[in-house]
Amino acid sequence: MSTPVDETVRLRIGSDADLSAVRLQVRAKAQAAGFGLVQQTKLVTAASELARNTLVHGGGGEMEMSEVAQAGVHGIKLAFTDSGPGIADVEQALADGYTSGNGLGMGLGGARRLVHHFDIDTRSQGTTVTIVSWATTPVDPRAVLR
Amino acid sequence: MSEPDATTQRSAAQSVADVLLRRREQVAQRWAELPLFRTVFTVTRDEAVEAGQSVVDALAVVASSGRPGDLEASGFDPVRVQIGRMSASRSRAGVSVGQVAAEVAALKDAVVDLLKAELEQEPAEIRHEAVLFASELLATLRLVTLETMLDDGQEIIVRQRQQLLEGATPVIKLWEGIVAVPLIGTLDSARSQVVMESLLEAIVAQQAKVVILDITGVSTVDTLVAQHLMKTVASARLMGAECIVSGIRPAIAQTIVQLGIDLGSVITRSSLADALAMALHRIGLRVHSAPDSPPVAGPAAL
Ligand SMILES: Nc1ncnc2c1ncn2[C@@H]1O[C@H](COP(=O)(O)OP(=O)(O)OP(=O)(O)O)[C@@H](O)[C@H]1O
Ligand SMILES: [Mg+2]
Repeated sequence: MSTPVDETVRLRIGSDADLSAVRLQVRAKAQAAGFGLVQQTKLVTAASELARNTLVHGGGGEMEMSEVAQAGVHGIKLAFTDSGPGIADVEQALADGYTSGNGLGMGLGGARRLVHHFDIDTRSQGTTVTIVSWATTPVDPRAVLR
Repeated sequence: MSEPDATTQRSAAQSVADVLLRRREQVAQRWAELPLFRTVFTVTRDEAVEAGQSVVDALAVVASSGRPGDLEASGFDPVRVQIGRMSASRSRAGVSVGQVAAEVAALKDAVVDLLKAELEQEPAEIRHEAVLFASELLATLRLVTLETMLDDGQEIIVRQRQQLLEGATPVIKLWEGIVAVPLIGTLDSARSQVVMESLLEAIVAQQAKVVILDITGVSTVDTLVAQHLMKTVASARLMGAECIVSGIRPAIAQTIVQLGIDLGSVITRSSLADALAMALHRIGLRVHSAPDSPPVAGPAAL
């Protein structure tokens, strides 16, 4: 799909303070990769949602962050992994307003709308959500999905 | 170089311990000149020397145990408190952990010099072993210092975090009946709880009719922050006050919409000034420029 351009960074997700660290690090990385303010804000917000899901629903885990490049465009790839109970019904979880707790139920679906590529790999041993965002909007959004 | 045998090592431990005890006064005197002691014990030099002596004593105890690298050695216990006090005083003076560690490392020279002088008659091998032994001993003292400082640092962080949670939510009275809360940084659950409580108290105390929540200083508005905002607005409403959220930056506005959060039930204004104008309007006041007053002076008039 794309080639990594630097080393992968791993961040632990085990507390509210770790969520702040995730937001800070993702913002710094997005700035360095040449993201505009709006793109930065979208990616950081998506990361905040997914990291909180990792913490709250997955019982904690980690985020892997790397910079990727494709056809000269820089992007950031984030993978959130936990070893929690998994998501039984992904369709339902993505639906706006569905929450098994007392959230707004907008996090997962909202994060998907905020990024260019979104993928959920879930089983009873845990969940990995992977997202990619590009510094500039790709001409053909489907190109990045291949 | 051949491995030192057990006897050489034991005798190194013993000679270091002996020299430390015999030359305790001289070591402490030299230490009293170094920044670590000199800057902490500013009242009298005797105090510095005394403090140095107790550190020498601790080193001698650990040395005679024969395990110079033992961070847990009970011999260090008596000086842990003192080292903690000294390093805390250094960091209060703005000295970094790394610098303090370097200052502790500087204690080594005095010990090694005296050791070499005392053991001049001994075979080179014994002397060499003793110096190695003393170096390791002082390296351990440095680790003990670092450990103490980091423990203290941890405590300070926890305490400051607590203070931040408790104290840092200013509720500003802008006008009779109008209060504003500038929200800054991360609005996690713990912090938003504090914000909500201080705000509700202020509504009662100031008999506020309009509350302005300014989020210019909030870097990310995700679903949790949005939920907190909406809950705050709803509880203020229950207390009879209306909320205006101001300072939503363009990038954040776009993100909120795409995230799918509906802030439709919340009154928003882009700037604090707009929010204030609206708040004044709500309490029945209007801002006019007075026809007979002079124009506002520009910077040139200053
Ligand atoms: N990593 C995960 N592990 C297990 N279940 C998850 C995970 N992520 C999401 N879910 C499930 O999907 C549901 C929807 O997630 P979503 O983030 O949309 O809402 P929420 O977290 O409940 O509330 P919020 O709107 O505050 O994010 C969750 O309630 C939860 O049941
Ligand atoms: Mg969520």
